Amino acid sequence: MPREGANSCCIEGGVPVKVSRLLLAGALAVSVAGIGFAQSFEFVGAGATFPAPLYLKMFDQYAKEFGVKVNYQAIGSGGGQAQLKGRTVDFGASDVIMTAKDLADAPAEIVHIPTVAGAVVLVSNLPGNPQLRFTGDIIADIFLGKIKNWNDPRIAGINPDVKFPNMNITVVHRSDGSGTTGVFSDYLSKISDEWKTKVGSGTSLSWPVGIGGKGNPGVAGLVKQLPGSFGYVELIYALQNNMSYALLKNKSGNWIKASLATTSTAANVPVPEDVTKLSLTNTDAPEGYPISTFTWLILYKEQNYGNHQKAKVEALLKMIWWMTHDGQKYAEPLSYATLPAPVVKKAEAILKSITFDGKPLLEGGM
Amino acid sequence: MSVLLIAILLSLVLSSRPALVANGFRFLTGSEWDPVTNSFHALPFVFGTLVTSVIALAIATVLSLALAILMGEYFRTGAFASIMRTAVELLAGIPSIVYGFIGLFFLVPAVRVIQIALGVPPFGVGILTSSILLAFMVLPYSASIGREMLMLVPADLKEAALSLGSTRSEMVWKVSLPFSRSGIMGGIFLSLGRALGETMAVTMVIGNSNSITLNLLSPGNTMASLIANEFSEAQGAVYLASLIEIALLLFVISTVINILGKMVINRMVETT
Repeated sequence: MPREGANSCCIEGGVPVKVSRLLLAGALAVSVAGIGFAQSFEFVGAGATFPAPLYLKMFDQYAKEFGVKVNYQAIGSGGGQAQLKGRTVDFGASDVIMTAKDLADAPAEIVHIPTVAGAVVLVSNLPGNPQLRFTGDIIADIFLGKIKNWNDPRIAGINPDVKFPNMNITVVHRSDGSGTTGVFSDYLSKISDEWKTKVGSGTSLSWPVGIGGKGNPGVAGLVKQLPGSFGYVELIYALQNNMSYALLKNKSGNWIKASLATTSTAANVPVPEDVTKLSLTNTDAPEGYPISTFTWLILYKEQNYGNHQKAKVEALLKMIWWMTHDGQKYAEPLSYATLPAPVVKKAEAILKSITFDGKPLLEGGM
Repeated sequence: MSVLLIAILLSLVLSSRPALVANGFRFLTGSEWDPVTNSFHALPFVFGTLVTSVIALAIATVLSLALAILMGEYFRTGAFASIMRTAVELLAGIPSIVYGFIGLFFLVPAVRVIQIALGVPPFGVGILTSSILLAFMVLPYSASIGREMLMLVPADLKEAALSLGSTRSEMVWKVSLPFSRSGIMGGIFLSLGRALGETMAVTMVIGNSNSITLNLLSPGNTMASLIANEFSEAQGAVYLASLIEIALLLFVISTVINILGKMVINRMVETT
């Protein structure tokens, strides 16, 4: 310290002195924080792109309030799962539940924690841009290539107020692998046996008909340009770009317009013991939108691996707890649907089941 | 350099091993790409890659030859020459995503007009659209090299042709072009390399439909575009490895084409 003072008197101009003092102050602050406060952890996460804007907002806010930093890489759900399997990240994020095979291949048991919900909506390009209504089986038959023209009597039958032109339907789907395709095809598989056997569900599919666009903007761009086109995008994208989308008939027979409220409502169903069995598509909720889904954080149930320390894991679990509770208030302004109360309870139970050396860390609740 | 090439080849082979085992030789002959049933075959993408590249090259060869003659023979110096040269060099520097947007907003509507006139489904996107876009993307390479090659033709050769009474165009076609053709071909093969591997711009205008069709107006897909689309969300070891196997195939095809190109150029050098 005295040397620092001695230097400062000898350097002219003052600027270098200020810089060196700042550096010193910074170094001190870092070392103090490192020794004094357990909160100054930094976590690495990777995965889904769909919730990325919300996660970045949440992590930014959490860093400001609690000093815990997260470096989140939006590399896609598949990437998130792979990184978690390779244990290169503290947590992964995925729009889809990991398959039974992937879970079995993983080096240890993995748990899924829901964070927010989203929905997939159907957009079309017809003269006059009428408000359309669809049922799941008609959507399936259009995407199977069985209904080829907009003047098909089945479409007209549920849209009596709309006058349909004699125009070919051009199906537009995602060309890139995506959780959006995952939830959309999961819904169609539940509705249509033919879809289930011929195409199935997954983040990338072998599409019977149609052309592919990359990402939501790619699909939306093609739909806007192509008269007679019919495609699907995330609700959040449609809302932010003021696109109109179709009403869907849900399992209870109600016509539902997708919104943050009807997406949250779709999630308001009895939560099964095994949360990975919780699928929101074709929901039983009478006012719920049928193509809805959760997005998940994934992490190992036993956290004592690698260079994990107990205090660090505790900080991670507290942060995820915050994301599923206080952090939820950042969801709606960014067009994500919040978790309903029973699902929050389930998330709490899962967080409490996570262990370090076999002992739960959040036993007493928060 | 060759160490680097071998390292790339090795890492591709190693990473794609699960797929090489699971897919077998059927990988090269089947036409289905179904991540749901783990059934992976490369034919539609090989087909799309080769067809778009060859058509692009055909268009680019004609245009670049014209440009090279204009810049290398008729306007060698002066304001017009430097404007032309700068314009061609700038074309080479435009990022491919920008080409993609130009294609999406100008080329796709133009192709749609043709499709409506022909009475076929007016997708706008498709094999022909991406071939035209690719042609403009590779044009600067072959045109620049063609121009350089024409500039290298010795003046006394050309003067000899002129003094023997040939017109200027006869001189170009019978002296300059034969003299520089191996170099010009080299430029064309260089641009073929770029066309084979081009990703972003193609993804945006090809329609990304995994089918084999001889109808150039319908959508298709290429190897590079498939990898760009599906790699980030690929789940499961075989799926991921299959995408790497596609990359391996693309690597092999590019290498073979480059070697063939070298052989063609060498033969031309021998015969001149």
